[in-house]
Amino acid sequence: MIVMSSLGLIPNASNLYLGKMLNYLGILDLEDLYSDVPKDLILKKPPSIGVPICQSGLESLYEDLLSTYNVKLIFTGGGIADHYIPSIVDELVSKQEFYTSYTPYQPEISQGILQALFEYQSLMAELLGMDVANSSLYDYGSALGEAGRFAIRVTKRKKFLIASNTHPERKNILRTYVEPLDVKISEVEYEKESGMISLDKLSSSINDSVGMVYLEVPNFFGVVEEAVEEVSEISHSKGALLVVGVDPFLMGVMKPPGELGADVAIGEGQLLGGYMNFGGPSLGIFAIKKRFRQIRQIPGRIIGLTKTLDGKYRGYTMALQTREQHIRREEATSNITTNTSLMAIRAAIYLSLLGPNGIRKVAEKILYNTAYLKRKIKSLPCFDVLFTSSPMFKEIPVISNRPWTIINGHLLDRKILGGFHVASIFPEVDINGLALFSTTEKHSKEDLDLLLNALREMCL
Amino acid sequence: MRYRQARWEAGEGILEPTIFELGKIGEGGVVVAKPDNRIIEETGKLEDILPKKLVRENISIPGLTEPEVARHFNHLTQMNFGVDSGPYWLGSCTMKYTPKLVMRLASYHELRELHPYSPEELTQGILRVLYELQNMLSIITGLTHFTLQPAAGAHGELVGALIMRKRFLDLSERRDEMLIPDSAHGSNFASATMAGFKIVRIPPSDEGTIDLSALRAAINEKTAGMMVTNPNTLGIFENNILEAADMLHNNGSYLYYDGANLNAIMGWLRLSDMGVDLAHFNMHKTFSAPHGGGGPGAGAVGVTNELKDYLPVPIIVKEENRYKLSYEVPKSIGKVRMFYGNVGVLVKAWSYLKLLGSEGVRTSSGIAVLNANYARKRLMDIGFEVPYGKNRPCKHEFVLSLSNFRREYGIKALDFAKALIDRGYHPPTIYFPPIVHEAFMMEPTESDSLREIDGYIDAMREIKESAKEKPDEVLNAPRNAAITRINDALANKKLWLTWKIYKESKEREN
Repeated sequence: MIVMSSLGLIPNASNLYLGKMLNYLGILDLEDLYSDVPKDLILKKPPSIGVPICQSGLESLYEDLLSTYNVKLIFTGGGIADHYIPSIVDELVSKQEFYTSYTPYQPEISQGILQALFEYQSLMAELLGMDVANSSLYDYGSALGEAGRFAIRVTKRKKFLIASNTHPERKNILRTYVEPLDVKISEVEYEKESGMISLDKLSSSINDSVGMVYLEVPNFFGVVEEAVEEVSEISHSKGALLVVGVDPFLMGVMKPPGELGADVAIGEGQLLGGYMNFGGPSLGIFAIKKRFRQIRQIPGRIIGLTKTLDGKYRGYTMALQTREQHIRREEATSNITTNTSLMAIRAAIYLSLLGPNGIRKVAEKILYNTAYLKRKIKSLPCFDVLFTSSPMFKEIPVISNRPWTIINGHLLDRKILGGFHVASIFPEVDINGLALFSTTEKHSKEDLDLLLNALREMCL
Repeated sequence: MRYRQARWEAGEGILEPTIFELGKIGEGGVVVAKPDNRIIEETGKLEDILPKKLVRENISIPGLTEPEVARHFNHLTQMNFGVDSGPYWLGSCTMKYTPKLVMRLASYHELRELHPYSPEELTQGILRVLYELQNMLSIITGLTHFTLQPAAGAHGELVGALIMRKRFLDLSERRDEMLIPDSAHGSNFASATMAGFKIVRIPPSDEGTIDLSALRAAINEKTAGMMVTNPNTLGIFENNILEAADMLHNNGSYLYYDGANLNAIMGWLRLSDMGVDLAHFNMHKTFSAPHGGGGPGAGAVGVTNELKDYLPVPIIVKEENRYKLSYEVPKSIGKVRMFYGNVGVLVKAWSYLKLLGSEGVRTSSGIAVLNANYARKRLMDIGFEVPYGKNRPCKHEFVLSLSNFRREYGIKALDFAKALIDRGYHPPTIYFPPIVHEAFMMEPTESDSLREIDGYIDAMREIKESAKEKPDEVLNAPRNAAITRINDALANKKLWLTWKIYKESKEREN
């Protein structure tokens, strides 16, 4: 038997302890601990994943691998963009008491995590104008999947109407999540002029067998839907739930879904203090308007404020656990266990720091930057912007006749990451030459002008 | 060991105030970015770019200054217990130490700023990392094809169950029953139900393992498969696994493996040799990614060649020395989340496996199992009861029954757990699996030293003695945590789920 004491990660692999422990158990070898396993199953030697790499060696290897990504400015859209992260967020979530702990099953030694998550729920409910938020789901997409299942539990109806300008990945995820329930999902077209959902089409498609209407603000094209209230009225007139997906940054300037009639609000919270990380870890936001019966249908963990048994202290614990899989098994509202707590804490820290003033300024800057970039790109001779007269937030739908690989290659030579060429991944989005650009509070006017100049060069 | 957790007490009955009390709702906050006036000159005012009826007036959250934020959240961290604080034997959760290098690698700027829709020539590095991770998982488990998309273990179970569902739809076979042993993790039942299956529970044998005759009786033409944890939640290796796999396969059904307990056997045996057709693995358990206070984790699902066409899109492939994301998966179940997975977590699993190498993988599991057997024997030697499998080695975890304490002294597993807190040890998983009365499910990992294990055992002995001689000490525990025993029932009755709900409820009371 070879035992690698040199790893430095396994205290009892060292000769100091190993012999003593084997001796106590009356065995000679670690292999004896597998004597209950059918002999044929035991591998003669460990599967070969390579020799261990020392710490410094691993770090240089990794550094080399990632060095292929060398960009200065990111303008790529498609549902995720480059935001600014205040350094205190990183500082606080790197405390081991937060990041190495787990689900707070023992509330007395987990008050820190519990209170932080309670604050997240409270902040998120306020930001979205909703009554109750859970303590996180996996991401925006799976939150939509869960919202669909929630709508079925609440309405007992199995038809959904979703706006056709929903992000294609989320459409796909929703289908995956509800396919076993035999749900019929129909799409409501958007107005070709404005890029917004067609109220006429919605009115003519809805009936009293529809359980959920789903709309995103901003939608896949970056267009801010103006008629959420009207959509709410139409949905409610037939007894359907309205689920609204939002970019939480937009909530700094725009009336939240809770004020516009949404029953459920979902969204991606990853960038509220978190990084892009090639798409994850993410933070699934899920919040509802308070109706007592529906609270018990919420998926995922919820933290509640409470008191100590002696009534003397305020404290926190996991509430409504009887909805959850570890107690309710196949009757649970969802199978979710591990969620994205640390991302929720990032969001809580970010929002407590920025407060109403900070989040408002960030949102305004994004709104102005988007308007500026939209107008300037539109004025370039070889580019066009769709839905120009509609308000847009963060993302801009740009059309070009030239291949996006060439345009983006030209931008990349200037260390600029360009638009997301939609057809490269979603051929089903039937708009020729469409790319989604994004801009955030991170971009100065100079940054935007650098992009515009580089784009202008393509028109020469 | 004695332990006193920090206890900040800001006022009567309040430990750390909430941010809603520290700040003023609707006011304040740090401006980290603001609009450029030169841009506003071009675009016009806010009302010109966002319809007035949509403009928000109030945001009812408080804003604090940076020092206030720093102290508030530091107070909270000090009232929390992590793996780096001390032994954390939470059964089936594998609370192992996270090497700090893996944390550093995951925080590289080049990863943090990596946009998921970047062109492939820029993402070759990260795609190689992910591809290598799939490869290493494949070598360790013997399953040939992988997806890294699921965000957690239960998410992986859902993927696995959906794959089985889709497979049988394709074969035009109506199989809608999923077999699950009674001792399985609760998420198995919930995941299979989400994928449309009816659950058929398999009771355990007297030994705590799968009862083959019960299994035989349950299998029929409607059986899609069975979801198994091996070692099971009692920490016992299912030594009939090959017979069970044969019975399922002869019936055209699949064997799904719940990888939550992989830390017992990694490097010692391969799932494919056990007859496993598909499985999920938890990067935050077995592969050292930290648990994040409840997440984010990452799941990975591995399948045999027969099921590869059903994986979620995209999959990561290598073609002529180039790595790419491929959407060409003919029968894919679809997507279960945006983009490609919790990449920041997956990078930690990759670096962990690189640090361990082949021998390290085997040693990790071997020592985890050694630690569990050592702790179990010591506990049995001082009189603790192991209801199942005590005459054979356990694997990485084991389950005590404390029912005699309840009977004789009125001390429940919950009380025992709270008394451990006062001694600086995170309690085990309690009341699980349900087939054990007053269950204490203990999982030391390979990260605990002999000294710490002996300390844990000493604490158990002390509590055992207290239970007999001064039971009030145990019943009133914890005393040294930030707070005394919490009223869970009140939380469910009041449903104070946000600060606003709590405030309004208080105002009504007054």
